[in-house]
Amino acid sequence: MSTESARLLTLAGTAPGLDPAARAGHLDHPPRMGFFTDTSVCIGCKACEVACKEWNAVPENGLLLTGMSYDNSVGLGASTWRHVAFIEQIGRPGEAPALPSSAAGGQAADGSRWLMSSDVCKHCTEAACLDVCPTGALMRTEFGTVVVQQDVCNGCGYCVSACPFGVIERREEDGRAWKCTLCYDRLGAGLEPACAKACPTESIQFGPVDELRVRAQQRVSELRDAGVAGARLYGEDPGDGVGGAGAFFLLLDEPEVYGLPPDPVVTTRDLPRMWRHVATAGAALALGALAACLGGGRPRP
Amino acid sequence: MVPKASFDSYYGRPVLKEPAWASPEVPGYLFLGGLAGASSVLAGFAQLSGNRELSRAAKAGAAAAIGLSMLALVDDLGRPARFMNMLRVLKVTSPMSVGSWLLAAYGPAAGAAAASAVTGRLPAGGAAATAGAAALGTGVATYTAALLSDTAVPAWHEGHREMPYVFAGSAATAAGGLGMLAVSPAHAGQAVRFAVLGAATELTAKSVLLRRLGAAAEPYQQGLAGRLMESGEVLTAAGLAGAVLAGRSRAAAAVSGAALMAASALTRFGVFEAGRASARDPKYTVEPQRERLRSGAAPVA
Repeated sequence: MSTESARLLTLAGTAPGLDPAARAGHLDHPPRMGFFTDTSVCIGCKACEVACKEWNAVPENGLLLTGMSYDNSVGLGASTWRHVAFIEQIGRPGEAPALPSSAAGGQAADGSRWLMSSDVCKHCTEAACLDVCPTGALMRTEFGTVVVQQDVCNGCGYCVSACPFGVIERREEDGRAWKCTLCYDRLGAGLEPACAKACPTESIQFGPVDELRVRAQQRVSELRDAGVAGARLYGEDPGDGVGGAGAFFLLLDEPEVYGLPPDPVVTTRDLPRMWRHVATAGAALALGALAACLGGGRPRP
Repeated sequence: MVPKASFDSYYGRPVLKEPAWASPEVPGYLFLGGLAGASSVLAGFAQLSGNRELSRAAKAGAAAAIGLSMLALVDDLGRPARFMNMLRVLKVTSPMSVGSWLLAAYGPAAGAAAASAVTGRLPAGGAAATAGAAALGTGVATYTAALLSDTAVPAWHEGHREMPYVFAGSAATAAGGLGMLAVSPAHAGQAVRFAVLGAATELTAKSVLLRRLGAAAEPYQQGLAGRLMESGEVLTAAGLAGAVLAGRSRAAAAVSGAALMAASALTRFGVFEAGRASARDPKYTVEPQRERLRSGAAPVA
């Protein structure tokens, strides 16, 4: 990216390839913590959804029967901070059946499989929500996570439109913006987030991001060697459009199949150009008024 | 029937969240803020040229517009009582933060300029306030383009190069229209010229924007947004024709002026609805990103 963008992001407290907690001003901070969600072992039990709601006292937000396989929480939002997606892929001709173990997504002989994935806030290295927040409610914690300070947020809703993953949302009756906190209160006490603790298959793995990345790379190689060609990491690459995510995934298909954007880019990268055009347009407005007013304002006879 | 989970989307669900901002408050503010800022710029130069009638009308209009704007903005917050949190920090990565500070300085300046002009008191102070409002007005009329563009909303973000010129042009059109409506034709010549320059800029910038977007211009051309944008263009043309042909007729000039103001408002509402539509349909997010990955282009255009 351009050096101007890098400079602007440095001012913001986030920057690519750098330690986001340090850039935000945390001296002597603990290692960056995050999630590696290995969807190849997810069994769709939704313990993560339940544990998250219980620990964080997230309100009930709809008792629906959507018809979207077993997904009745529909998507991440102000009152859904872990969302389990279900995709039934019936009969994929031409696919070589993978290992019969559930580790490979349990493909049937005709290639059918049922993808399950627990989605969550990505806690981006370059977090658009944080960049655009005008009150400073959204902040970077010492763990490198992104958290909304609920006593500051005035519900302007800017973060909602800035997030390239469609995660953060304004809660209707409450008015403020809410999202996953990566159980900031639990981290401070040396505990793991509620969803990671509840996950029975260790699909949700919690730990230092560096360690998780090593584990994830090993796991994806393992799956590819076993013939699961679609296995890939999502959000793991620090060179991606959000500088890599603190919460990244192992997916078995294209991101858009799961409702994820294929190549999200933090909007802030284009902001220097936007400000330049704003300045030019403002100058043009002034010049236009000057030109319009030349020739004096004395009344025509 | 729930659409099948296809390989392009997750049950047809949006990837992004729809903007939390409400209509008519926010597009109404885009119009009023632009009208106010451009009117202050016009007022400044009109005053310099000795056109007291026009400058007084423009100042009064700017003050009224910005007053209404503040009500709309505070009302749109999820927690309106916390509106002062906008001035808690200044973040250049947040156009809303920059805008809040701009408005905090511009509002009082515009109010003071109008008060002085209308009452005739403290002319020196009034002149200083007029100059200040004119300078800040260039920012007030254009920063909202960065506000919309600095999001993940495809129709807004992809238009980020041209949007400031569309908004500046639209603001000048509205300010010129207000001048034509408020003062006699003998004094409105400068307002007419300002409106003509504004309309030409707006139409040109809009056409460049749509051409650059290519297939992604669809949200601006279909549905409610398409109808609003087209109506805006029709009224702009009608208002311009009326402005040029009105001659001495006060009534014709007033109708033309009102048409130009309505045209500016319709454009803002059209842009706003186009953004909403582009966030709602996952294809506007997924397809360009998928295409970018396929072609191996760098994410920052």
